[in-house]
Amino acid sequence: MNIRSQVSAVFHLDKCIGCHTCSIACKNIWTGRKGTEYMWWNNVETKPGVGYPCLWEDQKKYRGGWKERNGKPELIMHNRASALANIFFNPFLPRLDDYYEPWTYRYGDLFGAAEGDDQPVARPVSAITGKEMEIEAGPNWDDDLSGSPIYAANDPNFASLNEEERKQFFALESMVFFYLPRICNHCINPGCLAACPAGAIYKRGEDGIVLVSQEKCRAWRMCITGCPYKKTYYNWSAGKSEKCIFCYPRQETGQAPACFHSCVGRIRYLGVLLYDADRIESAAGSPAGSIARKQLELILDPFDGEVIKEAKAQGIPDAVIEYAQKSPVYKFVKAWNIALPLHPEFRTLPMLFYVPSLLPVMAHAKGNLHEVGHDFFGSPDNARIPIRYFAALLSEGNEEAIRAIYRKLVAVRVYRRARTVGNIPEARVNKALDEAGTNPDEIEAIYRLTSLPSVEDRFVIPPFMREAAIEEVTDPLNKRESEGAGFTRKPKRGW
Amino acid sequence: MTDSVLFIAFPYVAVVVAVAGGVYRYFADRFSYSSMSSQFLENRMLFWGSVPFHYGIVIILLGHIMGGLFPYYSNFLIVNVFHMYTLELGGIALGLLTNFGVILLIIRRLVYPKLVPETTLMDWVILLVLLAQVLSGSYIAHFYRWGAVWYPYSPVPWLKSLAHLDPQIDFITPLPWIIRFHALNAFVIVGLIPFTRLVHIFTAPVTYIWRPLQVVIWNKKAAR
Repeated sequence: MNIRSQVSAVFHLDKCIGCHTCSIACKNIWTGRKGTEYMWWNNVETKPGVGYPCLWEDQKKYRGGWKERNGKPELIMHNRASALANIFFNPFLPRLDDYYEPWTYRYGDLFGAAEGDDQPVARPVSAITGKEMEIEAGPNWDDDLSGSPIYAANDPNFASLNEEERKQFFALESMVFFYLPRICNHCINPGCLAACPAGAIYKRGEDGIVLVSQEKCRAWRMCITGCPYKKTYYNWSAGKSEKCIFCYPRQETGQAPACFHSCVGRIRYLGVLLYDADRIESAAGSPAGSIARKQLELILDPFDGEVIKEAKAQGIPDAVIEYAQKSPVYKFVKAWNIALPLHPEFRTLPMLFYVPSLLPVMAHAKGNLHEVGHDFFGSPDNARIPIRYFAALLSEGNEEAIRAIYRKLVAVRVYRRARTVGNIPEARVNKALDEAGTNPDEIEAIYRLTSLPSVEDRFVIPPFMREAAIEEVTDPLNKRESEGAGFTRKPKRGW
Repeated sequence: MTDSVLFIAFPYVAVVVAVAGGVYRYFADRFSYSSMSSQFLENRMLFWGSVPFHYGIVIILLGHIMGGLFPYYSNFLIVNVFHMYTLELGGIALGLLTNFGVILLIIRRLVYPKLVPETTLMDWVILLVLLAQVLSGSYIAHFYRWGAVWYPYSPVPWLKSLAHLDPQIDFITPLPWIIRFHALNAFVIVGLIPFTRLVHIFTAPVTYIWRPLQVVIWNKKAAR
């Protein structure tokens, strides 16, 4: 057992209202520089939809992630030799047009235009060329456009749906969508890292955050293809790849990442997980259909005496073990089993988990009337989003895994309604609990953490102990009277 | 006098500037070490420009270096006329490929407006110097035939004498002007390396062949 700790997250999709506040918080802090205008380290997508960059889930197009060969993971995009052969031209690199051409407006014209008969307008100008442009796409261009024959109809997750299920998304009465907020998954088996010819990308041992060393990156641009989630981006101006840094400067000072902190729906949970690094390769190379299960098996029980003993022996600080026990992520993912990784079939073992949304109660037509949820929240199989859609998104097509989560989410609602409204017979409540294999204590805990969590409940940030860690590398005071702290040169394009 | 400046002083200056400048830049401004790929902004024409150019120039450069390092070994290749024809034909073909590539790379930066903010003055300088180098190289290959035969006996001894710090310019000065230009322009390129994106040549990621695929960095180096 080689125990590592990782700061990881859960996004509760039922709570996401698609307001994009997370994206704006991130952009304001990190991607306002030249060359980064098009980057959204955090973005929110409407599902069904094509996403950002367009069709990112389609690995026939982008070749991201891993495949399995002889029980071991292998990058889809290249092997070591073909990486060098393709170094002059990456055949699978997304282009700017696959994202969108960023723009701003000539706001000055609103004030400075010469007096005339017409109201002045602020024309859009490209953030790349500085010239006037026609806006043709944006980072959330298909926002709320479920039912669109251009966007939603091309969702790669539709591949596993049958004709009838697909139609369900496009009929006015049953049209439905939900939001999928995405950041870097800080994977255990990152494709971007493995694809980098220069070896510039690394995973931090103590907290698992995946970073691109800006001093080592040489713009070979393979990471952008290697990441199946398209969460590494190319700064065309600086000639460097950049990605979500999980706001490590904030976390190191005890603050939640900006996107977490600003989340209006309070859908985001952050906490530390302990996992067994010895089994990474076998989990990432496990047979199709078992990858998500194998990944969850890597995550260790922080209450297990053996694990605690071994973790201490391997130098994991007591405080981190303590925070692993308090981690809301551990509860959602392992204790309650109601959160799954996004597209586990990409085999990067992503450490960001999603609670699938129990979508709006389906109205059943009865004559001229629509009856809503005659069996309170109905059966998951009648859900407005076919189980198979979420199975394609979160469980490699394993519908039973989604059903099990739905049963528990329904049990929470049935139980709580019986307690608060009181119009559900006790027998129905017990049936729901039995079917979900849960008990009132667990239900109350899920309810509390889902509906009433405080900031401290949602963000259980382990101590990063950088004040101690930095002394391993340098004397923290030796720059006090010269440059000060940190990367002090302006990262401008030079030479 | 001019010849001494051009064929003795200048090559030494270029090499010193390249080494000292490159090392200085590496330690003072490592952030700027990058291939500055522009594929993200335009990739169709880049394919037809970059791939032929790079493959052409790498093989041709290796040919020049191998011929310089092992001048007499290359006799093996030319004792047989058939081998010599193959070698020369291959060289000319690669030269044309390189020309084609670099011309496309120049046109590309002229016709795509998105590349304008990405292009620096030094990008233009190096593109034009490279164009001059590959054009003159192809001209020489075509009009001064059987370079594989004369290259080891005139330019190579001059280069060798420079390397031995015993410069003998008599090997190079009697050659036609275009060959002398080609030799000098080569040192112009060498001298420009630290001032352009050409530094990426020296960070070619060959370590990818053997590096571990996953990289984990700990603060406490000794811990694991």
